[in-house]
Amino acid sequence: MRVQLFGTCLVDTFFPETGEAVVRVLRHFGVDVVYPKGQTCCGKPADSAGYSRQARKAAEHFLSIFDGADPIIVPSGSCASMIRNHYPELCKNVPTLTERAERVALNTYEFSEFLVRHLKAHEAGLKGNGRLTYHASCQLTRELGVRTEPVMLLQSLAGSEFVELPQADRCCGFGGVFMGKLPEISMSMADEKAEMVISTGAGTLVGCDHGCLMNIADALTRRGSTVRVKHIAQVLAEAL
Amino acid sequence: MSRDTAPIPFRENSARALNDAALRHALVVATDAFVRLRTAAVTSIPFEDWRARASDIRMEVLEGLPQYVERFTEAATKVGAQVHYAVDASAAREVVASILTGHGVRKVVKAKSMVTEEIHLNHHLEGLGIEAVETDLGEYIVQLAGETPSHILAPAIHRSRKDVGKLFAEKLGVPYSEDPAVLTKVARKALREKFLAAEAGISGANFAVAETGSIAIFTNEGNGRMVTTLPRLHVAVFTIEKILPRLADLAFFARMLPRSASGQPLSSYLSIITGTRKPGEATGAEELHIVLLDNGRTRIRDSEFREILKCIRCSACLNVCPVFRKVGGHAYASTYPGPMGIVLTTLLDGMERAHPLLDATTLCGACSEVCPVKVPLVNLIRALRERKVEMGFTSGAEKHAMTAFGAAVGSPFLFRTGQAMWRVLWGLARHVDRPPLNRLPRPAADTFRRRLR
Repeated sequence: MRVQLFGTCLVDTFFPETGEAVVRVLRHFGVDVVYPKGQTCCGKPADSAGYSRQARKAAEHFLSIFDGADPIIVPSGSCASMIRNHYPELCKNVPTLTERAERVALNTYEFSEFLVRHLKAHEAGLKGNGRLTYHASCQLTRELGVRTEPVMLLQSLAGSEFVELPQADRCCGFGGVFMGKLPEISMSMADEKAEMVISTGAGTLVGCDHGCLMNIADALTRRGSTVRVKHIAQVLAEAL
Repeated sequence: MSRDTAPIPFRENSARALNDAALRHALVVATDAFVRLRTAAVTSIPFEDWRARASDIRMEVLEGLPQYVERFTEAATKVGAQVHYAVDASAAREVVASILTGHGVRKVVKAKSMVTEEIHLNHHLEGLGIEAVETDLGEYIVQLAGETPSHILAPAIHRSRKDVGKLFAEKLGVPYSEDPAVLTKVARKALREKFLAAEAGISGANFAVAETGSIAIFTNEGNGRMVTTLPRLHVAVFTIEKILPRLADLAFFARMLPRSASGQPLSSYLSIITGTRKPGEATGAEELHIVLLDNGRTRIRDSEFREILKCIRCSACLNVCPVFRKVGGHAYASTYPGPMGIVLTTLLDGMERAHPLLDATTLCGACSEVCPVKVPLVNLIRALRERKVEMGFTSGAEKHAMTAFGAAVGSPFLFRTGQAMWRVLWGLARHVDRPPLNRLPRPAADTFRRRLR
């Protein structure tokens, strides 16, 4: 099986090791990973902030790089939802893009979703260690409906213990532009999330979106916590 | 009255709220309780089926709104009500005032009504020498304190029982107590006197029924029933979209609304008022005036934001909103706070005043998920943000940043340049001791795409 990897701008710029982990995990399951050159950002920041012209430009560029012939894998619920749910909306009045946007939307998967639904990675008997907890990011949970897959993957890791995070799907306060516009509220939300994480006694907080993870890691650091923060791809790559 | 167009200082208001530890505690306790109760109440019903039906009924009303208004007016008139039509807030205030002054009314009791908050009715009546006393306990507390409600269902959610104890001691001259049972008794005694002295009752309506000309009021304290039956004159004010087609629809929403609001299968009291008191009837006002208010509803109905008018004011979206939970309703400086409030306030008050509210959300989607009538709150807020950008209510810095972003996402070369620039920016910004600048993430030494090669 061949897939196209959309790395996302956050992974590309800030967390290249997550990108490498994604590639390692997919290859481990016999998937041929192609990284299309020339990819940029999905346009989500512009879309959320009300700049539809810029968001449409991002969509147009994305659709010129990715054709949807092979599954498109995205290590972020928020970016995957942008492509799957918002591109068709953004492109519905652009005749040259409409059909392609629909096709691409249908063949776009968030990383953990693809691992469980198509590769049955949760049945692969991977081994982990330590106590893990999981933050359910907003778009992944509510826009893509991916609620159980990441948990199934983490629970499948022999040798590690999964503990549920209270209010796991409550927003961490990142919200893209929100963090910049209302930093006081954003930090207060992240602080509360960090408290919850610490209360679980977990050594590692796992998530599927680096935006949220960055925000929560920041709050954990502020409180001098030693809880590690990892993308699910990193945890799985270590378990191979 | 000139319209206030100064932008709502949401960030300043919320910073103040965040610094108020007592407020934050009260908000967390109350919203968490509401969320817990609602969740339990909707898990025992086929919620998705119910909300699909609820949404359909509300859409049906909005589709044929002019006809439903006509049908309601006819039916209500037939059962003895006098129906008035008010195009905006000032017209509604005038109508109510002239009914009251025409009857020589000086003392009024009120049942909880958000729309009379929207049109600032109490203030207007006060100016005419008419005393209007709120009889919902939360509203009564808020009125005594000289405040506005901070939550559409629980107006005094921002106040602890200690606050209320102090307030009652100060304003009512009773000994201090923080025992809710004692405080409730104090309010009941004070309000009982007001009820008996009142010459008119003013209420809103949770719903109105086109088929029968009835209006329905849901309360948990029974005050709505006293307001609408004790005085001989009853004035009901509500906006046109509150109408439901059939009595059977009311029966359905009587089960749907309380579940989403307080998590109750039914509210403690449900008053259905169909016209005036008839010969031989024991209760009911002798004279009933219904003020049907538009105040922008027709304009909203005819726009792409129509679906906000499906809202039944349950407040589930407020309670589940992580931003509301942090700052409370007063930060929004509008009649309607929280997610539904962001949308409605922007449409009612205009972009110039309300645009800061559009930032007051992470678009997390918790609101859309709980809405019992499927108002697509996240989509509506995103669409309003688009409109805000089109109308130019954005900072110059943001516009430049987005122009640059637009160029970078369309060109891999510019995108890589942007990544390099971020490295420089981060190096500078990390020395600035102010969020969000000191919170910018550190760029990796090498990008993923380069490491992949």
